[in-house]
Amino acid sequence: MSGSPAPPPPAEGTEEVRGLLARLLAAERFAVLATQREGQPYANLVAFAASEDLSTLFFVTPRATRKVENLRRDPRVALLVADSRNRAADIAAAAAATGIGEARELAGAARAEALARFLARHPALEEFARAPTCAAFAVRIRRYLLVRRFQEVTEVFLDP
Amino acid sequence: MSLVLEPQAIGPGDRPVAGGKAVRLARMLRAGFRVPGFLCLPAGAYRRFVAAGGLAERIRLELSRKDAAAMRWEELWDCATRIRSLFLRHPFPPGMDGALREALARRFGDGPVAVRSSALEEDAPGASFAGLHASFVAVSGAEAVLERIRLVWASLWSDAALLYRRELGLDPGQSAMAVVVQEMVAGEASGICFSQDPGVPSQAVVEAAWGLNQAVVDGEVEPDRWIVDREHRRILEHRPPARRGRRLIPTPGGVRFEALPAALSGRPPLSPEEALAVADLARRAEEHCGEPQDIEWTRSGGEFVLLQSRPTTARRGGAGGDSRAWYLGLRRSFENLKRLRAGIEGQRIPEAERTAAALAAVDLARLADAELALEIERRRAIHRRWQEIYTAEFIPFAHGMRLFGEVYNERLKPEDPYEFTALLRRGGLLSLERNRALEHLAALVRERPELAACLAAGDCAAAAPDFQKELESFLLRFGDVTCELGGRALCAGALRPLLHLLHEMARRPSPGPRDAPGPDAERLEEAYLASFPEERRQEAAELLDLARASWRLRDDDNLHVGRIEARLREAEAEGRRRLAAGAAEEAALRGALAAAEEPGPAPAAGNGEGGLRPRQLRGQPAGPGFARGPARVIRAAGDLERFRAGEVLVCDAIDPRMTHVVPLAAAIVERRGGMLIHGAIIAREYGIPCVTGVPEAVRLIRTGDLLAVDGYLGIVTVGEGEL
Repeated sequence: MSGSPAPPPPAEGTEEVRGLLARLLAAERFAVLATQREGQPYANLVAFAASEDLSTLFFVTPRATRKVENLRRDPRVALLVADSRNRAADIAAAAAATGIGEARELAGAARAEALARFLARHPALEEFARAPTCAAFAVRIRRYLLVRRFQEVTEVFLDP
Repeated sequence: MSLVLEPQAIGPGDRPVAGGKAVRLARMLRAGFRVPGFLCLPAGAYRRFVAAGGLAERIRLELSRKDAAAMRWEELWDCATRIRSLFLRHPFPPGMDGALREALARRFGDGPVAVRSSALEEDAPGASFAGLHASFVAVSGAEAVLERIRLVWASLWSDAALLYRRELGLDPGQSAMAVVVQEMVAGEASGICFSQDPGVPSQAVVEAAWGLNQAVVDGEVEPDRWIVDREHRRILEHRPPARRGRRLIPTPGGVRFEALPAALSGRPPLSPEEALAVADLARRAEEHCGEPQDIEWTRSGGEFVLLQSRPTTARRGGAGGDSRAWYLGLRRSFENLKRLRAGIEGQRIPEAERTAAALAAVDLARLADAELALEIERRRAIHRRWQEIYTAEFIPFAHGMRLFGEVYNERLKPEDPYEFTALLRRGGLLSLERNRALEHLAALVRERPELAACLAAGDCAAAAPDFQKELESFLLRFGDVTCELGGRALCAGALRPLLHLLHEMARRPSPGPRDAPGPDAERLEEAYLASFPEERRQEAAELLDLARASWRLRDDDNLHVGRIEARLREAEAEGRRRLAAGAAEEAALRGALAAAEEPGPAPAAGNGEGGLRPRQLRGQPAGPGFARGPARVIRAAGDLERFRAGEVLVCDAIDPRMTHVVPLAAAIVERRGGMLIHGAIIAREYGIPCVTGVPEAVRLIRTGDLLAVDGYLGIVTVGEGEL
């Protein structure tokens, strides 16, 4: 990605960090999606699924919602995935990943493919996700910020 | 975990695993009673099925739509239908169906079986509600048996079970259902027996009919009845039925009724000795179980087989006080529905039409005050009678389309459990006929600009006499519309509301009902009929015809009763007018009007109260489609008159007074719930998005609110979504 700083030398094995990120994205079902409209941030919960290579996160939503209106105006988003469980110990023990990227609505074969992946993770949402009024979005993640051990943050770059 | 339990593996304490029926059958078998051989699919088999592929979560989602306590009986039926459809379509987890097929084939070969529910909780109030859980007899072939097993599992969430959800402690994360698959004993005579009559403890009661037992249990044939003196083991009385007309027999595809051969219809299914033998069987079951028993039995080759035995206390009606139990209990059989239809079409509707016409012929203006007072009372009594007929006959007949829906979903397993409604839409609804006549008038207004001007002015008599004539002929045919349009106060022939409506309709072309069944409906009909074996197609076609009549009536009945109501309101309006003008017989008129319903005060808007505002409201997706538009909330009669083309109709419940604005509406939102209620039927006829069962819709939405109505998902979004 032009303009991005060069990736810092990894403090530990790339494999290990990526493995942790992959496990987190596979284990969690829900993410907080951040959008904005004219500088006003907006956050909401979405059920998500991640692509094999972690580069894309998928979610679905009815079109008549604030988030879709926001995305229509500005597709840039952040998604927060965390394994905290509302315990005091989470401060030190929980891991969280913030993915930063751009969302686009899918159609045709891409939508069908995304829905198959999404529904494998959330089979109960089939009727909801397949409704004609429901939009399927793919968020292409440029980088993740992985937070562990309270304040240890690692940036993970996904640009090809 | 074992998928299948043999009877000898089921002990007295196994009810949480095998269910009450399996435990009782195993116990009787051990005690030496002759019971049909069986296998049990324990609760674990159910749990394995719903754990795979998110079925348990889907059930939870379905149930979270609305609190069951707040559901109308139609909504309970809808909820159960969707869950049933989930079970029918849900694949077995890998390996499970193979294992079941093998175990069933090993035990029963290809022979017919009965597939019965064996509920884990049977002591809860409501647990004995008739038809709570499903049971099927004479099921042949592995595929059919597996399907019936799914349906028995699904019946854990039957409409009646949902009604008693709290009492039964139903929880999608915990609850489960065991199944008994039983060798089918096709006895030549069958019945039930109370070892001790709950009303008269010194007596036992034996009931018997020719053919399979299911017909007696379901009340489909009237049985012979014997009253037995317990102490002296002698028959006190034999009561034959009015007529022994038919019997239920097994067929390769299930069961069917056949006319009873003459040789059998002349004699009781049991000899007196046999009736005593049945009472003995029940008595032995009672002694073994330590309390009075209610048994089901059949006689096969001269021997009595015990099909089931349970405590007498178990056979109760639905819990009292909840009228929803009554409605759901009206699950009519095909035969009963056919009789009901004949009565409704042959007598009730012509009678309703004659009644309304006779009332309309009375010239109220010529009646003296005291006569008018009597006329109001008379009309009120007539209207009350028709309301009773509506409840007792018209509403139960709505089960016609529901029965068809269940059969259709079983045969075709469609993705959309309401696909069957596409086959029922055949035009011919009275309210659509009226709407077409209105549309014709509106088209004239569109063509001739001068008419718009006279409509706006509220009088076309002078400007366009020919149009005025058309208006009058419309009024003659559908006279009640003005009454319905203007609300009760304007009942007596006011033209203005009609003119306003036409003016509004002329502003944009209205969609018009989709009265011609499209190629889609024809294709579905073919697929439906083709799903039956040749010999059952006639029956399948008859069921479809019955369902179409049921669909049509669900709409028309409102209008028929509405016309009679209109005549009552008309007389009341005349009474009020005379009172206002200082009538001579004031006391008599006041008395007659005292019982008149006054429209209640309009509820206050709850939108924005206390800093809260609704954004998304959930209901049932009753008519597919998506539309946006400003809300028009109907709280009082006058609100309807202000309806503008392109608005979203928001109301408590669509009734005949409202259907004429439906073609103008962008979408419909209704507080009353159900997929097959009047509003939903009209919306589907017009292809307008419709969400029903939105709690407090009329209170939470304000006229003018921008709404987005999602008829696929059952979501109503309120407001612009500003940040």
